Amino acid sequence: MEKLKTTSDLEKLRKNLLNKKNSKNTCVSICSGTGCRAYTSENVVNAFIEEIKKQKLENKVEVKRTGCHGFCEKGPVVVIHPMDICYLQVKPEDASEIVTQTLLKGKTVDRLLYTDQKTGKKIAIESEIPFYKNQTRLIFGNNRKIDPKSIEDYLTLGGYKALTKALFEMKPAQVLDEVKNANLRGRGGGGFPAGRKWETTRNAPETPKYVIVNCDEGDPGAYMDRSLMEGNPHSVLEGLIIGAYAIGSNQGYIYIRQEYPLAVENTEQAIKQAQEYGLLGKNILGSGFDFDIKIHRGAGAFVSGESSALMSAVEGHVGEPRPKYIHTAISGVWDKPTCLNNVETWANVPFIINNGSKWFEDIGTKTSKGTKIFSLVGNVNNTGLVEVPMGVTLREIIYNIGGGIPNGKKFKAVQTGGPSGGCIPENLLDLHVDFDELAKVGSMMGSGGMIVMDEDTCMVDVARYFVNFLADESCGKCIPCREGLRHMIQLLDKITSGNATEKDIQLLEELSEVVQMASLCALGQTAPNPILSTLKYFRNEYEAHIRGECPARVCKPLITYYIEPEKCKACGLCLKNCPTNAITGSKKQVHVIDIEKCTKCGTCFDVCKFDAVTKKTAEKNKKEKITVTG
Amino acid sequence: MKNVSLQINGKNVNAQEGMTIIQAAEKAGIKIPNLCHDERLKPFGACRFCMVEIEKNNRKKLVASCCYPVEEGLIVNTKTKDVEKIQRILAELVLSLTPSGTHVEIANQLGIKESRFKPLENPETPCNLCGLCVRYCKEIKKNNAVCFVGRGVNRTVALVPGASDKCLSCRECFDVCDAGKIVYLVDMIQEISCPPLKSKFSGRT
Repeated sequence: MEKLKTTSDLEKLRKNLLNKKNSKNTCVSICSGTGCRAYTSENVVNAFIEEIKKQKLENKVEVKRTGCHGFCEKGPVVVIHPMDICYLQVKPEDASEIVTQTLLKGKTVDRLLYTDQKTGKKIAIESEIPFYKNQTRLIFGNNRKIDPKSIEDYLTLGGYKALTKALFEMKPAQVLDEVKNANLRGRGGGGFPAGRKWETTRNAPETPKYVIVNCDEGDPGAYMDRSLMEGNPHSVLEGLIIGAYAIGSNQGYIYIRQEYPLAVENTEQAIKQAQEYGLLGKNILGSGFDFDIKIHRGAGAFVSGESSALMSAVEGHVGEPRPKYIHTAISGVWDKPTCLNNVETWANVPFIINNGSKWFEDIGTKTSKGTKIFSLVGNVNNTGLVEVPMGVTLREIIYNIGGGIPNGKKFKAVQTGGPSGGCIPENLLDLHVDFDELAKVGSMMGSGGMIVMDEDTCMVDVARYFVNFLADESCGKCIPCREGLRHMIQLLDKITSGNATEKDIQLLEELSEVVQMASLCALGQTAPNPILSTLKYFRNEYEAHIRGECPARVCKPLITYYIEPEKCKACGLCLKNCPTNAITGSKKQVHVIDIEKCTKCGTCFDVCKFDAVTKKTAEKNKKEKITVTG
Repeated sequence: MKNVSLQINGKNVNAQEGMTIIQAAEKAGIKIPNLCHDERLKPFGACRFCMVEIEKNNRKKLVASCCYPVEEGLIVNTKTKDVEKIQRILAELVLSLTPSGTHVEIANQLGIKESRFKPLENPETPCNLCGLCVRYCKEIKKNNAVCFVGRGVNRTVALVPGASDKCLSCRECFDVCDAGKIVYLVDMIQEISCPPLKSKFSGRT
């Protein structure tokens, strides 16, 4: 690999790579994101390589391990280019059929195609599958086209063109203006205008200045930053170099959590390649601009995603937030001006520079521009990563892209913004998703987690789950967050076990409001959101728990399992599977659960084929309540 | 040092640039309750009792007065409804943690006799983790012999293993710690073992 000294060197290289690529025009691209890897996509890759060798197609067909395609529900995903035929849930043994039928004969293997849920029709072309068709894949789109370990792949798709444009056709102030005019807002949660942050760091008197990529995504169920970092690391690097040029920084850090080994591996490789080509280091492409990047591996604390805690961790200290009355953009790492942005924010920059702020401004809503990647998970048919323009409604995301709720269940709520976001009820499904609209209803954009919940979800239990997570992840520095969360859990435990009174709900609400107002950092300030939003939209469920009833039949202390005699076929399946021998009965004799022995594990409910096992509100609880109140 | 004039509770106050609100208030004879502020140490912002309301560009905001630097023309109010609400809940939270210490005084002033929160079961230490001992040892004595261990609700104060020699001859942190914690620290020093230490002290309630 020869160091590129000028832009023409880079363009020459790009031309050569494109010529080379054109000789192999068929490509089998196999998703090797973390989701598909878990489905053993690596075996699928090997099966394809072997089969193509066997059929002597090595010179015509390229096999490519790509980043996450996003349709994780149906992994491993295989796409045949240039026809764009998409095969889902592919197994290694399917490789020979695909090679013979599709690559040699040009036919599709119908059983591996997507089946439309409404019409039952098979859809072969990737872009026609509703999951993809209803998205706008800007930032995430190249993930499925490139091998993240190959800088050459990124270059053939026009990679680092924005960098040369910024370095040679624009002054740093012009780059800054472009980002400011585009009104790019931070994708990490707060939605602070990136351009303004850049400008603050640029104008801060101290030197040196630092730029940081925040890849400490720690929300349960969210993985968009991970997939971007794993699947297209060069797009983040390019954005970071452009940002550093605009800000006047010569050193960048990429903070990646250690739990993302593939992201670390691919980013390390990407930095090495960029250094070898001279796209990082001294005098980049002969422009006179020096910039280099180091990776900092996080030790896995959720709170380290908070900017001041992250910077403290980069310095080598415990990841603990500090007061930010003087912004980190002025006094950050080692008290020097530091500009920190999220992975997705940096990845947006090359697009803005290439296409101009005007183009970017046309996408999205009045106050939120561009697209946003969401991780759509929970009780939804098409789990995966979804990129849509700002302003799309929740209904469109959940039903048109996500394919609705599985098993004919009813929608109950969607939780956006990760653990410290809020739960949004059904009557707000037509809400246009952007930073401000979500904040208005008591939730937030966060980094883009979206957890869909169906009618079988207990909202008090959901609040308890998230608050539990946050109590685990609180650093413990300030009293409202540490002690407040401790007592929020105690109160929620009391409610879900049916031992609380109306006073406890009031206390929980009061405590939540104080924790929101008084906590030191954003973790504590947003930690009560799951409680406050469920209290706002699902207060009746809290009140039901006070009466000894869990409407969704989730909270174990408030339910009992019961076998309906009319439905029981005396098959013995529940009896055989019960771990505590709590079920009695024999052939032709209706089975009965002994409540004293039952541990409410739910096994009988899960195994019964006749829906004879049901959950009921425990009578015991109801009675107790009456004696207490009476 | 540049002079800065601001208004606290309707009173005009002069301060120097670089001061925090709490310092300016103290200078003007206005007391703001707190557990973790010490003139000699760097601002920490952990107890949050010193939250005040500030008004700037016609916008109101709640900030920790021990950390927020004074600004020209800043309007500060140390006694608003929200501030009192915060202080009340915080006092109750700390009361449930430990029944003795500076916070009892604050609670009394607010008319709180009892906490509505369940008291901590088997408290290992009557400590509110204000960090005065840790910070005094680090910043003034430069010994780094006392530290925090654990995260979140499991956070506690402990001795750094091997640093106890320095402790036995120093003991200055005893003075910055209010009643309950001194006993704990004595315990720690007597035990001289690795963290996390179990205190022999029990039953202060």
